[in-house]
Amino acid sequence: MWEKKPVLFLLLATLAILVGTIVTMVIPFAWVNTEADRIATVTPYTPLQQAGRDVYIREGCNNCHSQTVRPLVADVLRYGEYSKSGEFVYDRPFLWGSRRTGPDLARLGGKYPDAWHTQHMEAPTSMIPKSNMPAYAFLNQNPLDPGYIRKCMKVLGFPYTEADIAALNGKTEMDAMVAYLQKLGTGIPKAAAAAVVGDLKNPFPKDPGSMQAGQQLFAQNCAACHGSHGEGGIGPELEPESYQDADLFKTIYNGITDNGMPSFAALGSTKVWQLTNFVNYRKEH
Amino acid sequence: METPPYNYAIVRSFIVWSILWGVVAVLVGVLISFQLVEPALNLPPYLTYGRLRPLHTNAGIYGWGIGSFFALFYYMVQRLCRTPLWSDGLARFQLWLFNATIITAAVTLLLGYTTSKEYHELEWPVDIMVVVLWVVFSVNIIMTIVRRREEQMYISLWYMMAALVGVAVLYLVNAAEVPVSLFKSYSAYAGTNDANVQWWFGHNAVAMVLTAPPLAVFYYFLPKSTGVPIFSHRISIIAFWSLVFMYLWTGAHHLLWTPVPDWVQTLAMAFSIMLIAPSWGSVFNGYLSMNGQWHQMRENYLVKFLILGITFYGLQTLQGPSQAIRTFSAFIHYTEWVPGHVHMGAMGWVSMVLFAAIYYLVPRLYDRELYSIPLANLHFWLVLIGQLVYSVSMWIAGLQQAGMWHALNSDGSLTYTFMETLVEMYPYWWIRAIGGVIYLAGVLVFIYNLVRTARSGKPAADAVAA
Repeated sequence: MWEKKPVLFLLLATLAILVGTIVTMVIPFAWVNTEADRIATVTPYTPLQQAGRDVYIREGCNNCHSQTVRPLVADVLRYGEYSKSGEFVYDRPFLWGSRRTGPDLARLGGKYPDAWHTQHMEAPTSMIPKSNMPAYAFLNQNPLDPGYIRKCMKVLGFPYTEADIAALNGKTEMDAMVAYLQKLGTGIPKAAAAAVVGDLKNPFPKDPGSMQAGQQLFAQNCAACHGSHGEGGIGPELEPESYQDADLFKTIYNGITDNGMPSFAALGSTKVWQLTNFVNYRKEH
Repeated sequence: METPPYNYAIVRSFIVWSILWGVVAVLVGVLISFQLVEPALNLPPYLTYGRLRPLHTNAGIYGWGIGSFFALFYYMVQRLCRTPLWSDGLARFQLWLFNATIITAAVTLLLGYTTSKEYHELEWPVDIMVVVLWVVFSVNIIMTIVRRREEQMYISLWYMMAALVGVAVLYLVNAAEVPVSLFKSYSAYAGTNDANVQWWFGHNAVAMVLTAPPLAVFYYFLPKSTGVPIFSHRISIIAFWSLVFMYLWTGAHHLLWTPVPDWVQTLAMAFSIMLIAPSWGSVFNGYLSMNGQWHQMRENYLVKFLILGITFYGLQTLQGPSQAIRTFSAFIHYTEWVPGHVHMGAMGWVSMVLFAAIYYLVPRLYDRELYSIPLANLHFWLVLIGQLVYSVSMWIAGLQQAGMWHALNSDGSLTYTFMETLVEMYPYWWIRAIGGVIYLAGVLVFIYNLVRTARSGKPAADAVAA
């Protein structure tokens, strides 16, 4: 009989659609982004960061980069602590993405210094030789519009001061983008790094095989900042035979959080020792 | 019996425009597939991968997909209701608005005006155009059905009406946003809520745009092409209602392992598996309708397109639910596997069925015989091979990528850096781009055949006339 009554049919179809909709889409609002979900250390975006976020959206970065770390071993090792719901309460829209043509960016903040990001956005292959990311040098040419950004902050209801807005004068979209990237994932305290403790003995001193492996690892992981011959750049010059093996190992393994030296714990201790050998005992000067 | 004055002009116009937007979608797709292997092909700021990819998906789904559904719905509704369209003027207005919307969408996306939400990137002024377009379309279809001269509503009409309501609900809820300026708005929802609403929309856009309408087309054009009716009316009823009921629970399978509540993910996973039943209900109904007619696979190019189409639908609706299982999702989500899956549905299932329907209609609408059946067969093989090259290369790529992402050394550290996994993708991306070029060649053969049919096909014998 419903096959002969279009109005009844439309009503029934709407009802059928609404059941699943209400259970899986409407009801979760009762749990998500409530007080129980909140994390005290997560703060709204500043005007500069929000401007950067809007550039990220405009350029469609989310088409290649995700922003959620899953609670899976490989995800956490590669990107950091897994993502919590409370970290995203100020994200309108969310930017979790669905592809990782490039790496996940949920924990990017503080991983590299600002200069790394600027240079990478201007010419990605100068930092990462075989990268297929487009170059975004034009962001340097686009000044921010403080009045417009004030309007955005009002619509979002985020706190700001007139001084924040005035500080946007003379800043470019590149500055905003870098500020946004540096904010990503910093809302929760960094998990204590798997710090290396105890006496460290270099398992293979100056062994030629490990030197060669170290050379390759250096080109992949260090050269972008320290120069292809360790002559320095974004990071300092690396003089051979000027470190204690154990100290150098710890620096590479743990990173130096305050000055932008990332941790390379994810490489595993064998590779970090190979890097230590190469950096400390290479003969090219 | 005298034939009512059906409006075929509007069907013709929508077919022409949808094919045009379809070519744009495939061309842009080929371009961005080359951009992935050769980043110098990105021309910032307007022609970067990040801005072109939404143009590719929107032109494909809204230009080619919905555009041809407009055409086919208008054809089917008149025939199935034995009554002319309720309003020719409104349909004409809709054609203009449709093209204006697609053009505005293309221009605004290239200018960087985007909400960032997948398959719902269009900013609020364009959203309003889409809503008006859909209301105008729905009113015209529903009023035509109300004034029908055939008491029983055929299966195709059910799927059409479900799509009309479904798209309306999905689009309106997901479009909730607060404007800042003419082309910038912020989502009304935040973070995890926004993600859950978006993928409730995203997955059900697949249901209401890329499943229900092509099923309506399949259920109409398969019997029309073979000359024998659908195998079982009862299977159609069960498959229809369970599909419409179950689809809406499954959106969160796009969000497995994310901060979305676990129980929402689990429900999505369970309903995704259950969806195999209604999906395969239609697949079997199609296959069983071929009882005693399988010889037509050799003789009738329309049947070839339709049966391959429904076969890819069957494969798609097995692969989809398997991806919705937590453990498998942990492995292949975010990898190249996913575009492989999506394109089997888009290039295999939906487009194959659309090609068949258009081949069926164009000779009737222009009152001529098809210019060349060998060319139609060439078209069939080119799009089939192009799509298989695309999907199979991406599945293999995705498996390798996933394996490398998850590989651990014996000391518990990661075996590969991200870049070591990325460079392994280059050969697959080349193969995929070549698959796209083959598919594009097939589409161009299709268009050439249609143009020659309309311009210089043999005048039809009465038998072909609608």
